[in-house]
Order: sequence, then C-alpha cells, then structure tokens
Amino acid sequence: MITLTWLELSLSSVLILILAALNFKLKLGQVKSLLVSTLRMFIQLFLVGIILKTLFSYQSIFLLIGLALAMLLIAGFEVLARQKIRFTGNWGFGLGTSSMFISSVALAFFALIVVIRVDPWFTPQYAIPLLGMLLGNTMNGVSLALGRLTDDAWHQKREIEAQLMLGRTARESILSIEKNCLRTALTPTINAMAVSGIVSLPGMMTGQILAGADPLEAVKYQILIMLLIATGVGFGSLIAVWFGAKRLFDDRERLRLDRLQITG
Amino acid sequence: MPPTPLLQANNIRAKNFGPINLSIQPNEQITLMGPSGSGKSRLLKILADIDLHEGDLFFEGINSEQIAPSKWRRQISFIPADSAWWGETVNDHFFAQPENQWWDSFNLSPECLNWQIDRLSSGEKQRLALLRACVLKPKILLLDEPTSNLDEDNAQRIESFIKNYCQRYSAAYIWVSHDSEQVRRLNVKNLGIENGQLIRTQQ
Repeated sequence: MITLTWLELSLSSVLILILAALNFKLKLGQVKSLLVSTLRMFIQLFLVGIILKTLFSYQSIFLLIGLALAMLLIAGFEVLARQKIRFTGNWGFGLGTSSMFISSVALAFFALIVVIRVDPWFTPQYAIPLLGMLLGNTMNGVSLALGRLTDDAWHQKREIEAQLMLGRTARESILSIEKNCLRTALTPTINAMAVSGIVSLPGMMTGQILAGADPLEAVKYQILIMLLIATGVGFGSLIAVWFGAKRLFDDRERLRLDRLQITG
Repeated sequence: MPPTPLLQANNIRAKNFGPINLSIQPNEQITLMGPSGSGKSRLLKILADIDLHEGDLFFEGINSEQIAPSKWRRQISFIPADSAWWGETVNDHFFAQPENQWWDSFNLSPECLNWQIDRLSSGEKQRLALLRACVLKPKILLLDEPTSNLDEDNAQRIESFIKNYCQRYSAAYIWVSHDSEQVRRLNVKNLGIENGQLIRTQQ
C-alpha cells in the first residue's frame, strides 16, 4: 500500500478551498458549513485514528463498550441537533438514540457473532468499523425520518385533525405521513444499493482494494455491509417513526402537538 | 324517569374555560352565540373529544372513556369553520356515499366527487365538508359557522337540510353562528357563551 504524506493530503484540501472560494464569489452560500465540516472531518478522523490504534493494541471488552457507547450518544445528539421541531423532554434525545441502539447494536452483534464469526467477538478491528458504518447510516436514516415526522405533523395539524373528526383512527390519520417518513429515510440507501458497482464503487470496498485486498473478497464484505446498512436504516427509522407517531397522540387519539417544540 | 340524554357533559373544564354542564336530548336543536375568543369552538372541540379537557362526557349514558375515540367522533361530528383537505380529489375525503337527494339539498352534483381540491371555491369547500361529515350519519352535529362562506340562498338550503336530517335520524345539533338573522330563522333554543361560561339567552 502506498502511504500518504501530509503534503499530499494538504494538496487535496486546496481543492475544497477552491470550491469554497467559488461558492463565496458566486454568492451561493454553503461556504462556512463546507469549511467547518471539512475541518471537523480532519480533526475527528485523526482522533479516531489515534483511538483505534490504541484500541487495537489492547483488545479490551470494556474499552470497546465504552467507545461504542460514546459513538451512540454522539449520534443521538446529532439526530437531535438536526431536528427543527423536536419532541419535548426525554423523548427528544431518547427516541432517536434508542432506535439507533436497537437497530445498530443488534445488527453489529449479529454480524460479528453469526456472520463473520470473529473470535473473540469484541476484536476491535472488526467491531468498531462495523458499528461505525452501521451507526453512521442509521443516524442519517433516523434523523431524516424523525425530522420529517415532526415537521409534517406540525404543519399538517388541520389535515390530521380533519381525519380524526371524521372518525378515522390516529393510525389511519397519520399513515400517509408515516409512509413519507420511511420513504425519505430509506431512499438514499435504496439508491445506493441500486447503483452500487455500476455508477459508484462503494467506499469500503474501494478502501479494501486500495489496501491490496482481493476484489472478490472486498465485494463480499461490501455486500454484507450494504445488507446490514439497509436493515439498520430500515429498522432504525421504522422504530423511530412507529413510536414517534404513537407519541404524537394520547390515549383518546387526540393530536398532541404540545409534545413538540420548535428550536432555533 | 327522564330519558337518557344523547350527550351529556359533566363539569368540563380546560385552561380559561368552563366549568360547563350541558345535556342534549335526541332531536334537540341549539344555536350558540358569543364574541370571538369566548370559547365557542373550544366547546365543540371538547365535545368531539379532540381537545384536552377535564370532566366527563357521556354518549347515550356511556362514559366516553368506554367508547373508542374514532367511534365517539363518528357519532359526535365536529365540522370546523375552515375545512381541511388531505387528498387530491373530493372523493378521497368521502368514507361513504351521500344519498341521492342530498346533492340537491346542497346545491351540488355528484360529479364534483371527481373534482380536484384546488378547484373548489370556499363555498363549495364548506358545503362538501358538511356533506362528508353527514354521510357518516352522526347523531350530533357540532357546526362551527357552517354557512359563513355561503350566499343567502345556499345558507337557507343548508338550514333546512340540517333540520330535516335531525328529524329523520333523531339527531341533534349545536350551531355556532354570528348571524342573528340566521339564529332567528332557525328559531331554536339559543345559548350564549362568555369567557368560557355558558349562559342561557332569550331569543
């Protein structure tokens, strides 16, 4: 494998600067967020590189669980931060985080113990990247789904209540919104699966091939990851939408928008 | 023994509202007047159990807690002043078909079931919103200014339709109106509401 030097990395980051400068000149916006997220990526990836290197040399189950928990909590805050309209109280943070926990962690266990059969299962070299990919994608799905749910419920109050008043149940009245939420959450994943290998070479597979792995082995891992991601995103957003929609109504099936709050 | 009322509200309260006690008999017709913000719509929404409240509601003697919310609202139908439409065509909003002669009473034709919602005028929307509620044959109609967007002729058609409906199905209504001329025409028990309190008025 050809190792990269700092000089070569900074060369590529000049490209981002050119893009940002062009956006600024054309008044198209996205300048600050582009630069900030690039910087964040640099710092976060280097930090995680250092952490992984340390972790790989220890093989401790406690360190692994600690890191996994930290990743989950950060993902939970990220989901919360991306929502303009949130559930009040513990539901705001709890709903997204627990949906991600149930789907990502369960699937990571399944992959480690049943599919790849890593020995021991907490070997960090497998566990961390797997959980990371699952969490990252599930986080996107869950935040899209929840954002759409709260936003639509808030703005379609009259339409939902009109259906309730004609004797429809809460579930019937929110069903079309639930469908939209799941479609929004799953579309990126479904598109990625549909074009993978034709239009795009998935990142993980590319990485393995660049590192010198046999392309067919890399493909098998990629398929596994894609299946896990699709399932993780699907279950994660399904759980979030199902319980989120339940939370929007009380036991008398009244729409309870007082359980939501607008932020920012 | 007095007959069981169709709808009974015992001591219903909400923030800045009530307590209100109300009892409605089969075929009872009530008009309700009051300044804006006095709680007219609030009362109707609470009776339809779509707004949060304290106190008990009974339908034909049965506590609302023992009736599924969707069944409750099929019997006690609230028709708000401004209707909301979630589907593409009129037909998407009808869960049963109107009886043939109802189209005439509403001055509408069955073809409008195929119309796009965008095409409807405010008057058509108001009449169709009432019609889509009536096809479910509710026992109590809670009407929030149901003719506010209609001309005199159509308003009177709706008035006589509602009267006939109540007679035929032993149904009752509470009719919120700002129009004292209309209240005089309907000529039924008239209630007032002020600061969330019911007051009996003489018409």
